[in-house]
Amino acid sequence: MKRIKYFLPLLIFIAIALFFWKGLQKDPHEIPSALIGKPVPAFNYPALTGNQPLTNKIFIGKVSLLNVWATWCPTCYAEHAVLLDIMRTPNLVIYGLNYKDDRTKAEDWIKENGNPYQAVIYDAKGTLAMDLGVYGAPETFVIDKKGIIRYKHIGAVSPNVWETKLKPLLEKLNHE
Amino acid sequence: MLPEFANYLLQLTLSLALVLSICPLTGTFLGKHKWMQFARSLAYAQCLCLCLAYLLLAYAFLSNDFSVMYVATNSNSQLPWYYRLCAVWGAHEGSLLLWVFLLSIWTAAVARFSRHLPLAMVARVLSVLGMISVGFLLFIIITSNPFLRLLPDFPLDGRDLNPLLQDPGLIIHPPMLYLGYVGFSVAFAFAIAALIGGRLDAAWARWSKPWTLAAWCFLTLGIILGSWWAYRQLGWGGWWFWDPVENASFLPWLVGTALIHSLVMTEKRNAFKAWTALLAILTFSLSLVGTFLVRSGILISVHAFAVDPSRGVFMLIFLVIVIGASLTLYAWRVNKVKTHIQFSFFSRENLLLANNMLLTAAMLVVLLGTLYPLFMDALGLEKISVGPPYFNLVFIPLMSIILCFMGVVPLSQWHHTSRHLVTKKLSIMLGFSLLIAFILPWMITHVFNPWVFLGMSLALWVVAVTLQSIFRKTKNFIALKKLNMSQWGMVTAHIGVALCVIGVVLTSENSIQREIRLSPGETTTVGDYQFRFVGVQDLTGPNYTGAKGKVVVEKDMKEISTLQPEVRFYTVQKMALPKTAIDANLFRDLYVALGEPLEPFEKGDWSMRIYYKPFVRWIWGGALLMIFGGVLALLDRRYRHYLGRLKQVTK
Repeated sequence: MKRIKYFLPLLIFIAIALFFWKGLQKDPHEIPSALIGKPVPAFNYPALTGNQPLTNKIFIGKVSLLNVWATWCPTCYAEHAVLLDIMRTPNLVIYGLNYKDDRTKAEDWIKENGNPYQAVIYDAKGTLAMDLGVYGAPETFVIDKKGIIRYKHIGAVSPNVWETKLKPLLEKLNHE
Repeated sequence: MLPEFANYLLQLTLSLALVLSICPLTGTFLGKHKWMQFARSLAYAQCLCLCLAYLLLAYAFLSNDFSVMYVATNSNSQLPWYYRLCAVWGAHEGSLLLWVFLLSIWTAAVARFSRHLPLAMVARVLSVLGMISVGFLLFIIITSNPFLRLLPDFPLDGRDLNPLLQDPGLIIHPPMLYLGYVGFSVAFAFAIAALIGGRLDAAWARWSKPWTLAAWCFLTLGIILGSWWAYRQLGWGGWWFWDPVENASFLPWLVGTALIHSLVMTEKRNAFKAWTALLAILTFSLSLVGTFLVRSGILISVHAFAVDPSRGVFMLIFLVIVIGASLTLYAWRVNKVKTHIQFSFFSRENLLLANNMLLTAAMLVVLLGTLYPLFMDALGLEKISVGPPYFNLVFIPLMSIILCFMGVVPLSQWHHTSRHLVTKKLSIMLGFSLLIAFILPWMITHVFNPWVFLGMSLALWVVAVTLQSIFRKTKNFIALKKLNMSQWGMVTAHIGVALCVIGVVLTSENSIQREIRLSPGETTTVGDYQFRFVGVQDLTGPNYTGAKGKVVVEKDMKEISTLQPEVRFYTVQKMALPKTAIDANLFRDLYVALGEPLEPFEKGDWSMRIYYKPFVRWIWGGALLMIFGGVLALLDRRYRHYLGRLKQVTK
């Protein structure tokens, strides 16, 4: 009986460790977005290249990804190569949202590294990003044919994220 | 090339640490002296390699090597050089490298200052420290390597250090905090070594105590630096927020404090050995849990998106191995330890034990409050955030009881205390402290505040009884010399606690805060002080632009000081931060934080926060006294042979 009390600290620790384990199972990348299931908020912004203004109508008709990026974001460099691979997927359009950035730097970046985007929305002050509830860069939104936000991924799109999460979702949305 | 070389150094250190954790410990079982003696050389080699690796990372920051991803993410060519050096520990990877580097320093220090200890004990202690080092090195190499490159497309400039961290308070805060966290690993290793060897005795406690004291001093310093930084840098004028990261450092502090007192009991009376060993294990375990909570992002979901989930899993596995194994070893071995000691109910032993239980209880309630959101979330229950109301509700009563006991302990005696004598003395002291606590605040503020009364009487009670216990021992001033350093340390630290309590109570109850809109030339009155807003000028710094305000403070028509609060906009991170201006003296702080310009802009109006904070310096001053007490106790003659040995060795 006396021995049992010496095991008490161990038992308490095991209980706490189990809670830690459970807490880690929650994927921190799945921060729920208040906008999921809602249409992209209305906007009218200049494109990064060209004079054509872009509006929320661009998302209608095709399943698309909206990728938030900036030149000050090192993770975006890594993600960029993945996006260049993904852009060849049939029935998919990728739009970029350049966020709190310098226009010339961003243009040079696209020229140097290649352009996976159909068009890039230039959001110098980050107001559109604010409306979209963006925490930081990179983030990627999945938008269906009706222009409704269906999913948001926080952090870089890695080949793994693409294969396991985004690709299956896009295929499903294409059949809707 | 250099980052690759540093990478190689890390792997070399890992193999050294592996040998350190296996070879000397095996030597103790096989009785091979050579194997045990090898431990010291390994400890020095490990420290040297990590020192080099650390310097290489610092050099990458100094030379703006943005091909290293960690440098590109946390530095910028416009950042002043001293902040570039501190950016080394500005984020996850670098802080881990600092952690393991400091661990290797402590390990080398144990190897150096342990020549009077039995060789087997030293071998076991160094092996245990080696095992911890292996875990952290693996963690760094597998999941958080600071030397990873961004090749071939590396950015031309970095993302800059988080502006919140660009502050003198933060230059030394993390190293001090980590020195404390990591330092407790030595007490932990001594306890584990003693459990393995089956020798939990007074000698073990005497060897552990100076290391524990040193670690405790560093941790205390780290915590108050963090508190001072939050007070100045966040612009809210608060000095403690009960947020999970702060709590993570407070948990080991509470148990570490209990550990120091428990070690005294084991050293002097050979008592409560099982309890002391448990506290030694708990203190370091909580340091690890604290590091886990902060580094895994498990509690702070907003910060979590920068966190790689594999890191959390790795750390949790490491935690389970280290803490699980040591608590199992404890449960398995400790019942062999028997205490044959008798003491009466009203003795110093029992009083100290009661206080240690209370400190542990305080740790448990803080731990519960910190992890509560996690428990609720895991059980699928409603999310409730636990804030200051909970902590104040449970912590203040516990602290009050602890302070009551703290007063009595110095007057009590080991084994048995004459109840009659003590009761008489204590009632005089009690009456005295209650009276002063009632009169003094009333004379100054002319109101009776029950919280001030409670806090003041407890603090005065501690001071009065502690001082009386000295005079009772010495009878006259000349005999004060007879007190040993440990006793002086105790007296100083306990008075420090009392001063800290006075600071906390008076700041919390008597502060005046005002959020206000001011036009240039306008004056506002806060307390007895008039604040006149002169105007705002533009400002340009190395990596920020901003505005600098000017506020003249007057009292009784006399100018006291000119405060120049700033708002800085850090251009790379696109973040605006207030830089507060504070006029401080022993009895009050006058604190001005600039808000933002208000429309119509041509009028030059600004929003501003003006605080009057009485006695806020006493909080940190009291804590500094506690540290000073710890240092005094470290200088005790009983530990001096360390220095004596050192002199012999160097000769």
